[in-house]
Amino acid sequence: MSAFTMTTGRGSPRRSPRGAARRSVVTGVAAWVAALVFVAPILWMVLTALHSETDAASNPPAIFAPLTLDGFRAFFGGSGISPWPPLLNSLTASVLSVLLVLVLAFPAAFALSIRPVEKWRDVMFFFLTTKMLPIVAALLPLYLFAKTVGALDNIFMLAVFYTVMNIPIAVWMLQSFLTEVPRELMEAAQLDGARVLTILRRVILPVASPGIAATALICFIFSWNDLLFARVLTGTIANTAPVFLTGFVSSQGLFLATVSAGALAVSLPVIAVGVAAQDRLVQGLTFGAVK
Amino acid sequence: MRNNRSRLAMAGGLLSLALVATACSGGFGGNAGNGGGGGGGDSGSGSTNDGGGTSGVTIDVIAVNLPAQEDLVAMTAEHFTPATGITVNFTLLPENDVRAKITQEFSSQAGVYDVATLSNYEIPFYADNGWVVPIDDYLAQDSDFEPEDMLPSMMASMTGSDGKTYGMPFEGQSSFTMYRKSVFDELGLTMPSNPTWDEVAELAATIDEQTDMDGICLRGLPGWGQQLAPLNTVINTFGGTWFDENWDAQLTSPETVEAVEFYVNLIQEHGEPGAAQAGFVECLNRFMQGDAAIWVDATNAGGPVEAADSPIAGDIGYAQSPVKLTDASGWLWTWAWGIQAASTEQDAAWQFVSWASSREYEELIAEKYDWSRVPYGKRQSTFDNPAFQEGAPFYEAAMEAITSVDAENPGVQPRPYPGVQFVGIPEFISLGTTVSEYIASAIAGSTSVQEALEAAQVAAQEVGDKYKNK
Repeated sequence: MSAFTMTTGRGSPRRSPRGAARRSVVTGVAAWVAALVFVAPILWMVLTALHSETDAASNPPAIFAPLTLDGFRAFFGGSGISPWPPLLNSLTASVLSVLLVLVLAFPAAFALSIRPVEKWRDVMFFFLTTKMLPIVAALLPLYLFAKTVGALDNIFMLAVFYTVMNIPIAVWMLQSFLTEVPRELMEAAQLDGARVLTILRRVILPVASPGIAATALICFIFSWNDLLFARVLTGTIANTAPVFLTGFVSSQGLFLATVSAGALAVSLPVIAVGVAAQDRLVQGLTFGAVK
Repeated sequence: MRNNRSRLAMAGGLLSLALVATACSGGFGGNAGNGGGGGGGDSGSGSTNDGGGTSGVTIDVIAVNLPAQEDLVAMTAEHFTPATGITVNFTLLPENDVRAKITQEFSSQAGVYDVATLSNYEIPFYADNGWVVPIDDYLAQDSDFEPEDMLPSMMASMTGSDGKTYGMPFEGQSSFTMYRKSVFDELGLTMPSNPTWDEVAELAATIDEQTDMDGICLRGLPGWGQQLAPLNTVINTFGGTWFDENWDAQLTSPETVEAVEFYVNLIQEHGEPGAAQAGFVECLNRFMQGDAAIWVDATNAGGPVEAADSPIAGDIGYAQSPVKLTDASGWLWTWAWGIQAASTEQDAAWQFVSWASSREYEELIAEKYDWSRVPYGKRQSTFDNPAFQEGAPFYEAAMEAITSVDAENPGVQPRPYPGVQFVGIPEFISLGTTVSEYIASAIAGSTSVQEALEAAQVAAQEVGDKYKNK
């Protein structure tokens, strides 16, 4: 996630590399090798998910063993506990926190880029410092707080914590996207008599939407994948999908195929969102929001 | 402009407030949690419902995700909830995770869970901390439960220092020796019913030499509940101990060193490859797949190795855990139920606990699956049941192992803590894990046993010093 720290300043227009570098066989091969290295564990997980438990555990690995859907069957209710409540909980917490994050972080980013407040760099740094404390260090106070207000095992409390966790990242991302919105566009709109709300809606939002989409997806992924908060702060009612997934790891029996099937099922929503928003994401994540 | 900006900020703030305000009590767990077992309280057939207004109540249970507890989830929705009207929500987690979560939950008395799977390791100090409620009154009133049928060695491990009972065993286990009968017959070997470690080591050496199999499988995986469980039974019977009566650590005493050296050598010479990563599951797999001829481990391994889908079912002989200086060396372990002191539904919690640990429940499991799958080892009547004896060929060895344990004095000398394969103090989770890591590196050959134990001795003495001053 080092990409977040790439642009911080006044958004000096970065040179497009397009056309500059000639495609060569070397870079092509390197890209494929890198892609393969990154995708190999996932392919292995898919394969394991489709094997029987005994084949999944065999050593040397039985790559060509017959395929079966038993792992998925075990995940979707084989243990007697349905995975749907945890999946719904994950969805609630993630979507709710993404909405909250956008609602809170967008105005903040606006005030730090388009109409920078005084000492906006200090404010940005302050946001960053909140991420310097390891989450685990804040866990006990948060747990005690949730216990005192009676909000343990409550999915809405979890959504609020996720919001807090993601706001600094969102502010940083949105700030850099908004900085790249050309001044000239806004000035032109102002000259036409548009007010702030109109400029926001008609000028800034369309131009910055890939950035907003990328920010939303990053925050969604962070909330969706969180295990630490969820495991400590939830119980039987508000437990999320990652917590549910850990329940299949057993000290007395085989579990690799079921866990792989479950991990696949739990990652699917994120992959689906990613594929759906692919174009905007690539724009947004490469910080080419406004080109 | 300025005006507009602050208005926008305010609108955003209000929207987020409204969203937070909808945060009533929430989540999608609840009744859907147990696979659609409707929570309708048709108490007409309610044999376990003794009339206290518990129908319609919901309780939350956190349990270790072992096969027996997984069976319980399905059986609860199928039988318990329809009969009593009590809805039970489960959280199942792996052993280490569940232990961390339960410690967090009970030490803060958060009250999220009503019932938890606790072991005979936790119960005594949970009781002394006031985290679990005594169940003596329930036991006195609940005549259907037949508490006198519970094995005395199990119930003795459920008491606090005030003598009250704080837990109810769900399944109990000791350790014993399993071996492949066909391999022994082929080589003309015999396993004594009460073997010594020297005999077992010799048998393992012979098998290792004359077949492709490993002679023996023993746990080497670090973890106080993994490697240290069998190793501590060896230390006990070799005359060693973790602490003497004055809380002086004894990990470098000649007896302890001899025991650990014996264990490490046996694994290195005739045990499984990669032993420092092999725990219960790995040994179970190797034993079932014919890679190991002898396996000294938990009595509840008998269930999976004799199950219908086990390739070696029927080909297994059972003997007692090997000894040297003591008469018996098996460990004592039980996954039991504890009711949290902060629980507001203790009556309903007891109804659930008494049902899960009842004879009736064992029969339900036997009916649905078979007797080798029953969570046994807590009731004498199970061992006396001819159907169990037939369905679980290991019953005799398991019963002898469980009933011959002396959990207070498992070694040759008195010791200031309870526990056979563990040291019954809260610090043992971290101390035991550290020490087992030292020993694992000795098993892997990267350090010597003597060096490993010297490091372990320092760590143990630090803990011992805390107790000296108490």
